[in-house]
Amino acid sequence: MISTLANPHKFMAFSRWAAPILGLAGGVLIAWGLTLGLAAPPDYQQGETVRIMFVHVPAAWVSMLAYGCLGGASLVSLVFRHALADAAARAVAPLGAVFTVIALITGSLWGRPMWGAWWVWGDARLVSVLVLLLLFLGYIALRASIDDELKAARAAEILALIGLINLPVVKFSVNWWNTLHQGESIMRAGGSALAPIYLTPLLIAGAGYSLAFGALWLYRTRGEVWRRRATSLALQAALS
Amino acid sequence: MSAVTVLFRRELALAWGRGGGPLLAVGFFAAVNLMFPLAISAAPERLRAVAGGVTWVGLALASLLSLERLFERDFETGALDLLSLGPLPLEVVSAAKCLAQWVATGAPLALAAPAAAISLGATIATAGVIGLTAAIGGIAFSFVGGAGAALALASRRGGVLIALIVLPLLTPPVIFGGAAIANYTAGLPWTAGLTLLGAYTLAAIALTPFAMAGACRNALS
Repeated sequence: MISTLANPHKFMAFSRWAAPILGLAGGVLIAWGLTLGLAAPPDYQQGETVRIMFVHVPAAWVSMLAYGCLGGASLVSLVFRHALADAAARAVAPLGAVFTVIALITGSLWGRPMWGAWWVWGDARLVSVLVLLLLFLGYIALRASIDDELKAARAAEILALIGLINLPVVKFSVNWWNTLHQGESIMRAGGSALAPIYLTPLLIAGAGYSLAFGALWLYRTRGEVWRRRATSLALQAALS
Repeated sequence: MSAVTVLFRRELALAWGRGGGPLLAVGFFAAVNLMFPLAISAAPERLRAVAGGVTWVGLALASLLSLERLFERDFETGALDLLSLGPLPLEVVSAAKCLAQWVATGAPLALAAPAAAISLGATIATAGVIGLTAAIGGIAFSFVGGAGAALALASRRGGVLIALIVLPLLTPPVIFGGAAIANYTAGLPWTAGLTLLGAYTLAAIALTPFAMAGACRNALS
């Protein structure tokens, strides 16, 4: 199926239908998950703020998923020199940055009542998500600053792969660093043992976010393919 | 003399003399070091608590300073074209450049780092650990920074772009190096940080030359 979709015409024909269907399914799942989340009883420790989790945690999942997609698309583009994979990589980076920002802002809003601070450096997840955001921004900035599109694509692919290798190291090092600063870190409530009444809406919202991300990615890749066609048409018109 | 030796001597002469070399890097490092007490406080107990960490921030920033010219100089003069046609693969050329960059800036910074930390209140006993971690971490800064510099070759705005690309990648060595110094100062086991820093540096030496060579070929194409 992947190899069939590698054909730009087939991809465009497929995504034309797939994107709205995925988006609709994602929207329904997000609405369902959030409704269940709002109907769930307040947590005995976190109170009403536990509901922020249903917006925050899926955004954090999708931000990591997005970097994985960026790395995967870059690898395919680097190895097979495939233009569609490059279009997909270019399309996913700003999307990933937005989901990362959503995760950081909602995490901060949750942290204020729970930790008493907007930002806690002692939390490893917060810090590694911030590094993830910087990796997205570096990718976007590098791409934007090279005029030649082919060169921009190659350089960005290499950077995405360096980031992909580095990301687990960052994750490990920040966790390791966090355990050193145990005294400063604040106990996280409900980290591992999540009651089913919270887990179900969280998983539904997570699936919804993922489908919505897929839909947005397809839309953005389509836009990128169109932009390239428009550029080459303009170039032809200018030459003739 | 072998081709690698000739190349390394050329790179070292360029890095030492033309890019501002050790004087620029150490001068910038000293200036950054001056800013911390002015911004934080002159109180010795507050400075002592952050001395090791602040030194590492200064090292990371100072190592970015001369990266912009690392590949750009040879790219502009056409020397990079010649080097890519020469007998040595670009991977080796890139590694030689980064190593020369470390000898010209990283090693002098590693010598200056203990002095900076001691001026902020670190004890004389920590000088060895600070110098050692700074020397090992400096190699990682050089190689990872070189990858950022090579990637930015085709772009119009080198300096800030390189910093944005490279600094997030440098979080692990900053964490490992800072932790080794902090634990040593606190009398805790500190070799874990040093070992992890060494592992990161070795991985950087092994992997980044391929990224640099790929980025150079892309810029030259």
